[in-house]
Amino acid sequence: MFKALRERYLQRTDRHITSGQLANSFERRAALIGAVQGGLGLLLAGRMAWIAVAENSKFSMLAESNRVNLSLLPPRRGWILDRHDQPLASNRTDFRVDLVPDKLADADTTITTLGQLLSLNAVDLQDLRDRIEESHGFQPVEVAASITAEAYAAIVVRLPEMPGVIPQRGFTRSYPTGPAVGHLVGYVGPASAAEYEKERNPLLITPGYKVGKDGLEKYYEKTLSGVPGARRSEVTATGKIVRELEMREDVPGQPIKLTIDGGLQDYAARRIGLESAAVTVIDCQTGGLLAVTSMPSFNPNDFSDGIGRLQWKMLNEDDHIPLLNKALRGLYPPGSTMKPMATLALQQHGVSPDERINCPGGYRLGNRYFRCDAVHGAVDMRAAIERSCNTYFWSMAHRVGYDAIAPVAKLLGLGAEFDLPGTAQRYGTIPDAAWKMRRYKQEWSAADSLNASIGQGYVSVSPLQLAVMTARMATGRDVQPSLIYGQQKPLGPALPFTAEQLTVAHEGMFRVVNGAGTAVGSRLQIGDIQMAGKTGTAQVRAMLARGSGGSWKSRDHALFICYAPTDAPRYAMSVVVEHGTFGARAAAPIARDVMTYLFDPSAAWDILLALEKSWGGTPTERMAAKYRNYVTKVGTAAPKVGDEQAVAAAITSADNTEAPTESGNANRVMQAEEPSAPAAAPSIAAAAPSPAVAP
Amino acid sequence: MMGRNLVPDPIARLPWQVILPLTALVLFGAAVLYSAAAGSFKPWAFNHMLRYGVFLILALCLSMLRREHFKDFAYPIYAAVLVLLILVEAMGKIGGGSQRWLNLGFMTLQPSELMKPMIIVVLARFYDDLPPTMTANWRMAIPVLGLLGVPAGLVMLQPDLGTALAICFGAFVVIFLAGLPTGWFVTGGVAALIAAPLGFIFAMHDYQRQRVLVFLDPSSDPLGTGYHILQSSIAIGSGGVFGKGFLNGSQSHLDYLPEAHTDFAFATMAEEWGLLGGLFIIGIFAWLLHWGMSTARRAPDRFSQLLAAGMTCTVFFYVAINLSMVMGLAPVVGIPLPFVSHGGSSMMTNMICIGTIMAVERWSRTGRRSLS
Repeated sequence: MFKALRERYLQRTDRHITSGQLANSFERRAALIGAVQGGLGLLLAGRMAWIAVAENSKFSMLAESNRVNLSLLPPRRGWILDRHDQPLASNRTDFRVDLVPDKLADADTTITTLGQLLSLNAVDLQDLRDRIEESHGFQPVEVAASITAEAYAAIVVRLPEMPGVIPQRGFTRSYPTGPAVGHLVGYVGPASAAEYEKERNPLLITPGYKVGKDGLEKYYEKTLSGVPGARRSEVTATGKIVRELEMREDVPGQPIKLTIDGGLQDYAARRIGLESAAVTVIDCQTGGLLAVTSMPSFNPNDFSDGIGRLQWKMLNEDDHIPLLNKALRGLYPPGSTMKPMATLALQQHGVSPDERINCPGGYRLGNRYFRCDAVHGAVDMRAAIERSCNTYFWSMAHRVGYDAIAPVAKLLGLGAEFDLPGTAQRYGTIPDAAWKMRRYKQEWSAADSLNASIGQGYVSVSPLQLAVMTARMATGRDVQPSLIYGQQKPLGPALPFTAEQLTVAHEGMFRVVNGAGTAVGSRLQIGDIQMAGKTGTAQVRAMLARGSGGSWKSRDHALFICYAPTDAPRYAMSVVVEHGTFGARAAAPIARDVMTYLFDPSAAWDILLALEKSWGGTPTERMAAKYRNYVTKVGTAAPKVGDEQAVAAAITSADNTEAPTESGNANRVMQAEEPSAPAAAPSIAAAAPSPAVAP
Repeated sequence: MMGRNLVPDPIARLPWQVILPLTALVLFGAAVLYSAAAGSFKPWAFNHMLRYGVFLILALCLSMLRREHFKDFAYPIYAAVLVLLILVEAMGKIGGGSQRWLNLGFMTLQPSELMKPMIIVVLARFYDDLPPTMTANWRMAIPVLGLLGVPAGLVMLQPDLGTALAICFGAFVVIFLAGLPTGWFVTGGVAALIAAPLGFIFAMHDYQRQRVLVFLDPSSDPLGTGYHILQSSIAIGSGGVFGKGFLNGSQSHLDYLPEAHTDFAFATMAEEWGLLGGLFIIGIFAWLLHWGMSTARRAPDRFSQLLAAGMTCTVFFYVAINLSMVMGLAPVVGIPLPFVSHGGSSMMTNMICIGTIMAVERWSRTGRRSLS
């Protein structure tokens, strides 16, 4: 190939390079290369000796920390027990999958694979992505709990291609009665990033570890949380455990035992049915709360892995305000349930129980006419309770003044906040002249007295307060409510009522249910046990619709207070059905059935199971059906749930009152109207030139 | 005369000073692979020994060839390999992937591997043909750059930086030994120093850039690319002087060591056999490379000299880069350790190199014999 070239150049040029020179050059350069090779060989040997000898201890330690994985075992959370040691919150052993976002190799692929393996739908995946986004990267995020053994095995097999995914056998908080205890017990969830950043406790970012987020779960966190166990195991780079080296068991958290009767709590919650209501039952002897229910509620079982978009949307769109614990934080005008209490105040101020007042169907105060529910004729104190005659109380309240009644209301627990750890209560308003002056810079008017005397106007109370009031009236003792079993609160100072005075109220309430009263339809049907009670129908706002007409929001609240047995009161109860129309129609039947449960559970269950057939199942079933409906209807279009603070704020601020409680009350004065212009002036407060009208 | 030369020498005349250490090294490698497979001959150790057996026979056959055969077939085979390279490139483009091999049905062939020894043969032939007086002529650098640039460029396109570097390294050694003026290499070196950052910025793929960055600062990304270097150092460092014992390496058995049976086989070995095992491997390579360079210096003519030295340096390149990489002295490049790492292509290339050096050694002996 180069023959021609070679010859030409051989003839033409002479660069003084000869074969000999090239051979010399090769010899020199080959020696150089050999030296470089030898030098590099020595360098490598030296480098290896340095790593293996001088840095041996450092790398040995690193190898050991690679090989051995020290993992914390989340402690089993203490159970929350009812008075019969039945669990309201327990732990279930199950298979679960978590992931640590920072350790994912490819988040999208991993999520898709997990979605397929666990058959997650689009909504589940969206919620999972939200949780990952919220997690600050280092926090473990729950993918799914309570998965089947097959799904668990499928994930374990695929683990090498999914670093950062942690399938494990663990304990999941379980609330056997679900929504029935949601408000009372609260719920658990993973620790927030802020909590971890404050404490730097590795337990807080251990997959499967949950802390209390609300209610008793939050308040008793220290008691319930326990001491974590630890496990030393040999692990592969992908986190697969090869064998266990050492194990220290966890120390489960302490249980807390409540005065609650779990069965009753569940029964009451389910008996509320489709209504928005609170049922509070208190043990008259000890003050122990037997049931504190508020429905609709959330299912705490669904909250522990974080709150999904659709769950949140569903809870927030419900006008029955499931996030509000109505038993402790709902405030309602008590209406006629105030009347037995008022009789005690009247008797204290010298009104004879036998004095009769004629009810012509209303009461005239100056130029205003307060209309009663019916023409009751001549009524004495007992009959006034029995038939809920407003005229009687208006005229008596006008005589003694409301300032005589308010102290008794407070004495019986209205307007009070009770010492119940782990609960958040609102205490409402028992107004008096000083309060109104402070609040509105206005004089207390006679019309205010009239309204307040029948539990309207400025008065607002919580269902818990109503139950305590009932227990105190029933026993005549200053019963203090308690929630922790065995920590009964000592009675307060003796109540300043004579046995005779109490008997009048008792007899009136007895006749409400067993005489010719407003709630005779709710008599107990169990042998010789009898119940005494009082209905209440409280107006919500301007009298647009009285009773059952109009939109749900404008209907009256239905209330009922009761105790049983009448001869030796053991249980006292309040039932408040929001916008339930008449107390006798909506609240008293619930009270009757719940009271029946306390004496004859099987009879009570028969009634409830029949009712639930027409309601579409248990609350849990109905919520699940509603959720499925949302999945098909809304899908992934729901907005994002706020962060933890936002959720907590939403739960605390959930409110059933449309305006600030006190100012709203001014417009609730509805029991009467001006006869001259009934149509034009539906509200006396609006029509009369009374100073009671708040602007 | 010719026929007599083709007849294989008696067994006693085989180059045992090479075959014995080489076999020891391969068997040691098989032991490492046996451990990397958690104490099993499958899937690597058995294959490794089998391939060695097959390629050893191939190398011995190669060593029987005459110098003229090498010279005559240098250009045609080079051209054939080049065509194969273009073929894989075209197929890769069509297939949309970065496929680097041809599926021949009975085996997969990586043409770039064949190019490593072929570039040396073809350049040795070129400089053998070139008149000494023209060695320093700059015009003669043009065909050389063509012969090297085309295959190196094609391999770079695949993209396979490691193989492209190996091809270039072998070629530069041949060019250097061919006696080109020192000034050219100094200029080239300076140019490379300038081009390196430019290449880093413009020519490299992201993952390659990442590897270089992590090499410069391994702690910057302990769970990403730096992970490889760190885990390799941990394996070697925790092995100490005597190692953790055969089958006792936790780094390899618990999957902390990436590519424990290929690129990081040396780290797998070092964890279980310690510094002593490492010195054994380095020692055998030193012996082999010394034998290769000595053979080159004793070779009877320019072609044989360049051929043997080039082949030796190709093996050296593998060893040097791989060991530097596992000890954290070079960026992570996918280059296996010859005769220890599992892998057919690497075994084939290195055995071709060894076989060629054996051939040169035989020519030296026959050359001397014919002279005397």
